[in-house]
Amino acid sequence: MLAQQLVNGLVLGATYALFALGLTLMFGVLRVINLTYGFYFSVGALVALWLARSVGLPIWAVVLLGGVAAGLVAVVVDGVLLTRLRRTKAGELPSLMVTLGAVLALYSLSAIWLGTEIQRFPFDFVDSSAFEIGDLRISLVQILIVCVTFALVGLLFVLLHYTRVGLMIRALAENEDTARLMGINVDAIVIVVSFVSGLLGGVGGVLIGLNFNAIQPFMGETMMLRGFAVIIIGGLGDIRGALIAGVLLGMFEVLTASYISSSAKEAVAFGALVLTLWFRPTGLFGRKEVKRA
Amino acid sequence: MSDFLSVSGLRLSYGRTEAVKGIDLEVRQGAVVCLIGANGAGKTTTMRGLSGLLKTAAGSIRFCGEDITNAPAHKIARMGIRQVPEGRQVFAEMTVDENLSLGGLQVGDSADFRRRREAVLDRFPRLRERLTQHAGYLSGGEQQMLALGRALMGGPKLLLLDEPSMGLAPLFVEEIFKIVADLRQDGTTILLVEQNAQAALEIADHAYVLESGRITLEGPAAEVVNDPRVIAAYLGDH
Repeated sequence: MLAQQLVNGLVLGATYALFALGLTLMFGVLRVINLTYGFYFSVGALVALWLARSVGLPIWAVVLLGGVAAGLVAVVVDGVLLTRLRRTKAGELPSLMVTLGAVLALYSLSAIWLGTEIQRFPFDFVDSSAFEIGDLRISLVQILIVCVTFALVGLLFVLLHYTRVGLMIRALAENEDTARLMGINVDAIVIVVSFVSGLLGGVGGVLIGLNFNAIQPFMGETMMLRGFAVIIIGGLGDIRGALIAGVLLGMFEVLTASYISSSAKEAVAFGALVLTLWFRPTGLFGRKEVKRA
Repeated sequence: MSDFLSVSGLRLSYGRTEAVKGIDLEVRQGAVVCLIGANGAGKTTTMRGLSGLLKTAAGSIRFCGEDITNAPAHKIARMGIRQVPEGRQVFAEMTVDENLSLGGLQVGDSADFRRRREAVLDRFPRLRERLTQHAGYLSGGEQQMLALGRALMGGPKLLLLDEPSMGLAPLFVEEIFKIVADLRQDGTTILLVEQNAQAALEIADHAYVLESGRITLEGPAAEVVNDPRVIAAYLGDH
């Protein structure tokens, strides 16, 4: 049924959007292609799983703390791997290679530690009740996912556009040297941005974990490719674009899986990516750079 | 020795190329000092060294009795050295108002902030008309005013102006120099880097001539402007 697929697609797409927002923030402000970002997604889900199983925390706390843990990991990884590269203005290729190596190491270490089998939240952790409207079924988890996503997107928007820290973040995104001349402590803002983007990625991981109730260390890997597809389709560094492209991608994937074949899902995502780059290289919503007079 | 800004033996390099080869420089409080020289003489490099954007290879910089050699740029800015960078460097995707707020970050949302903002908008009425516009859509002259206003929002003790007239239409050049003269009248201490040597020397108290990374001449602006070497090299055709 189409309505059901659209709802499922919206839910999936919301998590894609959330994940991509963190990625686009990281790329847009810090100007590095940080491939460890997908790992934060796994960290969020794995920490949430541990909190639910071993500590027995309720679902809201698990979502929040999973995100915070991923944010902290992001701060540490960025500090260790990229601070020096940024300081020497090493450019994009070194950061790409360093983070590629690091993310493979991080995935395999966590696989050695936690195993690669799919793990699930405890029975009854996820409330399976649902609203039913005719044949349409909307579960509480789905509502939670959409609400958390839109709440975080709203908070991110407020942070960037209505706070002093947000003003500093946007200044850094545009021009690092001039940001320094304004008295902005760039190192401190980099930590804030790493934390926020790690948190967004981590919460995305928790939500996807809840949605499919299937968690394993490598889950961030395929997500990373989707994240790139979303931010490129939406336009690099464009929050609104990432949001729309994420939701669209989720919907297309669900519709493809149910009307064509679930193995065609990936083809849709990357087909959309290729077509976007072909026809609109700056992304569907990408603005041209504002010209400096 | 002045206890305001004093630079001694300053060397600055980009990678292996040494652009500034050991210069001494002094700025007294309330003075307008200009640094003139040809393209590539090391003027902008000197400015970037003073504001902390470029690490010093050797030498020292003292400001208000403190050693600020190799202090991070944001600390130098917070101490009151405000640079208006070459090419203006306004935040193009932000509004004029947001650009001004960034200049006044350290005073936050206080009465002080609002007073400074009003003073800047009174000085540059064009900016008041364009408060909600993106800075990228302003003309070059307006952007220069914004860059100046943004620096003034920081309540500068020392203003570093790097080529404020560069790339501007003649009418705007005149206006920018008028603004610099006004700032001087108000007692702002300014270190001015200019290719337009004539205009810079007219406005300055003291002048330095920079050639290939070395100071080759210095003195009161009124004397430097009459120096035959300066006339030949920088003022000849004007």
